Amino acid sequence: MTLSELAGISGDVGDFQVTVKEHPRYVDMDKCIACGECAAKCPKKVDSEYDAATGKRKAIYVKYAQAVPLKYQIDADNCIRFKKAGACGFCEKVCPAGAINFDDTEKIHQINVGAVILSPGFESFDPSAAGVWGYGRYPNVVTAMQFERYLSASGPTEGHLVRPSDGKEITKVAFLQCVGSRDENKCGNAYCSSVCCMYAIKEAVMAKDHVPGLRTSIFMMDMRTHGKDFDRYYQRAKDESGVRFVRCRVHGVEPEGESGDLRLHYINEEGRQVEEYFDLVVLSVGLQIPDHIKALADLTGVRLTNDRFAATSDFSPVSTSKKGIFTCGAFAGPKDIPQSVMEGSAAAAAVADVLAPARGQLSQEKTFPQERDVVNEEEKIGVFVCHCGSNIAGVVDVEAVADYAQTLPGVVHTERNLFSCSQDTQEQMVQTIKSKGLNRVVVAACTPRTHEPLFRETLKAAGLNEYLVEMANIRNQNSWVHSADPKSATAKAKDLVRMAVAKVARQISLQPISVPIIQKGLVIGGGIAGMAAALNMAEQGFEVHLVEKTESLGGNAVYLGHTWSGESIQDRAKKLIDQVQKNERIIIHKGFEVRQAEGFVGNFSTTIATRDGLTKTIEHGVGVVATGGRALRPKEYGYGRIPNVLTALEFDRLFKLKEQHAVKAKTVVFIQCVGSREGDRMYCSKVCCTHSVQSAIDLKQEDASRMVYILYRDMRTYGQRETLYKKARELGVIFINYETHGKPTVEVEHKQVNVGVWDHVLHRPLRIKADMVVLATAIVANPDAEKLNKIYKVSIDGDGFFQEAHAKLRPVDFATDGLFVAGLAHYPKPVEESVAQALAASGRAATLLSRSAVSLDAVKAEPDLRYCDGCALCIDVCPYHAIELVEVEADEAGQPHRYIKVNKAQCKGCGLCQGTCPKRGVVVQGFTMEQISSQIEAALAI
Amino acid sequence: MLDTQKVGSVMIVGGGITGMQAALDLADSGYYVYLVERSGAIGGAMAQLDKTFPTNDCSM
Repeated sequence: MTLSELAGISGDVGDFQVTVKEHPRYVDMDKCIACGECAAKCPKKVDSEYDAATGKRKAIYVKYAQAVPLKYQIDADNCIRFKKAGACGFCEKVCPAGAINFDDTEKIHQINVGAVILSPGFESFDPSAAGVWGYGRYPNVVTAMQFERYLSASGPTEGHLVRPSDGKEITKVAFLQCVGSRDENKCGNAYCSSVCCMYAIKEAVMAKDHVPGLRTSIFMMDMRTHGKDFDRYYQRAKDESGVRFVRCRVHGVEPEGESGDLRLHYINEEGRQVEEYFDLVVLSVGLQIPDHIKALADLTGVRLTNDRFAATSDFSPVSTSKKGIFTCGAFAGPKDIPQSVMEGSAAAAAVADVLAPARGQLSQEKTFPQERDVVNEEEKIGVFVCHCGSNIAGVVDVEAVADYAQTLPGVVHTERNLFSCSQDTQEQMVQTIKSKGLNRVVVAACTPRTHEPLFRETLKAAGLNEYLVEMANIRNQNSWVHSADPKSATAKAKDLVRMAVAKVARQISLQPISVPIIQKGLVIGGGIAGMAAALNMAEQGFEVHLVEKTESLGGNAVYLGHTWSGESIQDRAKKLIDQVQKNERIIIHKGFEVRQAEGFVGNFSTTIATRDGLTKTIEHGVGVVATGGRALRPKEYGYGRIPNVLTALEFDRLFKLKEQHAVKAKTVVFIQCVGSREGDRMYCSKVCCTHSVQSAIDLKQEDASRMVYILYRDMRTYGQRETLYKKARELGVIFINYETHGKPTVEVEHKQVNVGVWDHVLHRPLRIKADMVVLATAIVANPDAEKLNKIYKVSIDGDGFFQEAHAKLRPVDFATDGLFVAGLAHYPKPVEESVAQALAASGRAATLLSRSAVSLDAVKAEPDLRYCDGCALCIDVCPYHAIELVEVEADEAGQPHRYIKVNKAQCKGCGLCQGTCPKRGVVVQGFTMEQISSQIEAALAI
Repeated sequence: MLDTQKVGSVMIVGGGITGMQAALDLADSGYYVYLVERSGAIGGAMAQLDKTFPTNDCSM
């Protein structure tokens, strides 16, 4: 439901009545074919929201070329017709589909739902009100979102970096961090927006790729690259890409005469005043909750924090203050893409928790017509050539390609589409396949990686076997890379189409394999993440086995005091343990470790064992790995040698127990990044800055006369944690920045512990007489990860943490289907992120557990027993352990005969076996030798 | 409320990356989903991004 807003809500969890107001589009969605004639004729130009006002759109428009739904809409506030009755109306005249409807009206829908998820997102901070940055006054001051659009091939300059004021190529860019974040004076947003440091680095690196020799400088207070692999990227940006980082907050941008250049005035790290000139200044604007989202919160009765984000508990991070209403994404605090995706799945899991009894009540299965048998039919191939807007058609002569395709053997139909993937084209394709009796289809468009599933569905809808389609990638492998040579690109497009036609002609119908699912889950690790995942799965109605290596549940939670927002971890962990233990659907295996596993999605069999050799075998359909992490035992700063040097967890315990050394300590020094962000451990442990700041606050609040120092590299109190950093400074905690080339020293002299550090404000070395030194040690991966890596074939990264399937879009899935990861085992993270990831893992698992069978792709290896002689070479190369050797007494002479057998559920159809086999004894369906040879022949044909 | 009276559908307000993920997971788990989007098309802020770390995939 687009152009729609929540207008009212009543009822309670399980049964809400929601009023949705749908604004008029003035374009009939059923009729619009997105041909673009209307926008071409529309005389009214307006700033494009999609391009963040760097480009223009018309008053009738689609948000962007790949928009879903791809239907035009009229912006009534800007349309000439709506200003003056009877005026203009060009769009209505040119629309070939008769889709324009100026009389369209607002519609009100009453919808009955069991739960509501609020995921309204955020808006970028608008820096024009605070004049200091010159935004809105000097054209060469842009926001990061605008710069993103300038970098984009689909942006206003098609990716060419030129200055907005005069079109001059950019040679020197400055990024100013924390515009609209960590700043109460100019905007009132005290919090850190969490994502801007990383996006500024990315934009700087990308910009350097666009313009060789471009000089980029990032002006920042702290570099907050706390996410997975972010610090390595930061390091590479510095060392390899040559991005300059300057630790200084710049408070103003001034124009340099009429030239368009911009002057920055700042104090460098040596304490000197510097004036520097730039072609372009990019403002790294923060995230904030706009008024319309605040109104949504008011309407739904959801409580907000002082920073206007949805208030949540760290132990239920996607539940709002209102029962049955959930949140995910930036609404509950600024966050990046992986965290937002995780929370999306987590919110789904939380909803399923309350609505479990009603599962399947209203959902509808998509049905397809009966499949047509094409075995005895002559080839009738249809070729659909996609323009992809101007992505392909802007380079390739698509008309010539389509005409050429018509001449190829077996081709009976060709046509061109503006966007072959759009909904209306899909429907037309179905009709064409039916009316022309096509039995093979070639789509010459983009990559099968993203779009083949869609075209398979199209074939199914037309009653054809879904495997009778072949894609020719004339975009990624052609128009994008050969944009400078349209003639050759057109010739290559013809080659690619010819090859695809040759291959698809030899394609046969394949049937996907259906595998039953054991509707039980296995969770490995009984810490907070493991327990949260197990509990949610159980509440959704599934049986769960929870395996914990030690004799008690709780994991690292037993060492921790409170979350950043002050919730007691002890209390909440106890409650969680209690809930897990009382839940009838959770079977707890304490003292057991995973020893062995076999199987595949829906059908795993895991053997667990105690130290004494007691073993059990668990059959399960999905698995969640939540084996946690642990604190590093440091080897520096005199730890283990000097009694007053402690790790943060050791200090917490002493402080909690009111141990006298801790109580009497008058001067306490915290050293950050002990073991993190250097050497082989080039990652941020994410929680230590906040932890030390909290401890410092506790020390100061207990005794204000104490001297408390925090020696840090970048203070990473991201998101709303920034309030703690501010509070600590207000209480008089002293923060001293250090760099890795001048790390602090800890020495003992006459029983006195001295901490040495270079003070960047005073520009001189400082010696602190400390009563206690607290080391914020790194979180390191659990060594058990390596065992599980071998047992389940789930990958781990260079730091020993588990590797998710995709950093942004599949942050809880493993590449192995049916297995998921949560908590510290994935990367260091605070409690609320662990719980969110655990819920997400459970939510993802439920998409499998709620079905009785899973359908697997039909592209699988198939032994050809005429040729296989059981040499077993393929067994060694198969990365999925899908092939086994079978021995039978089959020979007439009574000789034992060996051949291979493929487990179809484990096989991914990668084709390594086929490439390795010297005898052609194994083929991958859909990629047979015959098909590949015909493609090669077609490639060499002209 | 009795469990049997619960309604097996969910409304998601906001069609950005997080709302879409929630919608997909719920639909795949057997719930009917209403995805309500304020603008003319789903996709949210991520659709505006040129490339994303670390794969440099375009955000589409």
